[in-house]
Amino acid sequence: MSTSNDAGHDEDLEDELTEWTVPNIVTTLVPLLIGLSILQMVSGTVLETFEEQLLEHPALLIIVPVMIGTAGNLGSIMCSRLSTQLHLGTLEFSPTNANIQANVAAIMGLAATVFVLLGFASWAIGRALGGTLGLAPLLVITIVSGMLLAVWVVIVSTVSVYGSYRLGYDPDDTTIPVVTNICDITGVIILFAVVSVVL
Amino acid sequence: MVGHDSAVDVYKQALPVILISLVAGLFAGTLLGTETMREGIESVPGILLLLPAFLATRGGVYGSLGARLSSGLHQGLIDPHFEWNDRLRNAIIASFLNGMIVSVFIAVLAWGVLLVLGRDGSLLELVIILSIAALLSAFAMLGVLLTVIFKGYRRGLDPDNVIGPVVTTVGDVFGVVFLLIGISVAGAVL
Repeated sequence: MSTSNDAGHDEDLEDELTEWTVPNIVTTLVPLLIGLSILQMVSGTVLETFEEQLLEHPALLIIVPVMIGTAGNLGSIMCSRLSTQLHLGTLEFSPTNANIQANVAAIMGLAATVFVLLGFASWAIGRALGGTLGLAPLLVITIVSGMLLAVWVVIVSTVSVYGSYRLGYDPDDTTIPVVTNICDITGVIILFAVVSVVL
Repeated sequence: MVGHDSAVDVYKQALPVILISLVAGLFAGTLLGTETMREGIESVPGILLLLPAFLATRGGVYGSLGARLSSGLHQGLIDPHFEWNDRLRNAIIASFLNGMIVSVFIAVLAWGVLLVLGRDGSLLELVIILSIAALLSAFAMLGVLLTVIFKGYRRGLDPDNVIGPVVTTVGDVFGVVFLLIGISVAGAVL
């Protein structure tokens, strides 16, 4: 408390920025969340379409939340790193740029780690829940869809950070939530594209 | 070439968060894969359809409440002790309303999509399930979030670093459990 007393004595200006009223918060957030829910119906429709296979193979149901969460996380890591480097002035949008290369390699490494672990975990838990899907198809599904996802995350994040920079928007404000949700949704689409090829 | 990170540094920094979200996702996924939940999914058309939107809403509502409270603490707008004042009360009531309004909207939306897909769905059933799930989520998430933020802040944890993982971990697991409870209640009532 005491640390911030020296700042912000201009009460009128402060009130504008810090007014937390119920109508303010609700009218800002509800339209945003409604737009988001409409977008999320795309991945919901994919899940609903594959309902029969999901119910038959619990291992696939186990993969879904991890896929969604990891996709969003990888997207937000890539975006926030790129936009921080943009702010610091150390970013240059070129495939030979050392920063971009390091981020891409790290995203690939993170995806490989998570999706190999997920292959084993979904197999073991799926077995315990009465599923019959073998380890090999599950590893193929998690690793192929995970690596495709990582490539996609890299492309979407780089393009949107670059785009918002060119258009003059701060990527921190809008890009990250948008990219996170796009990655969430495409994660499910990629997963079931691979599932329909493998199974 | 000063100031660029190596791939290994980035990997090491990000790994803990990614692994936490893996474990949380596995918890939520295991709950989804249980016999009871699969029966629920089978008996109520539209559960899988609304699942991603429902889980994303939890992140949106409580992630933004967390970010707001954490900025408020840093700015000295709210005290690091839990006490009812207008600001805190407004932020909590608003996030409660956000969660309820958007969840009911998702139920209606999912019902509409079911119609378009040519499937049967009960609007009343979906609204009951999501209202119950949203109500229980609100109590659980508010409880966890307020405890973590206020206790964490007093112990020197920067809430900005804690909110993300807490909201995603707790949100997904609770979200699936409360959907299941909603399905059983709706089954008993209807």
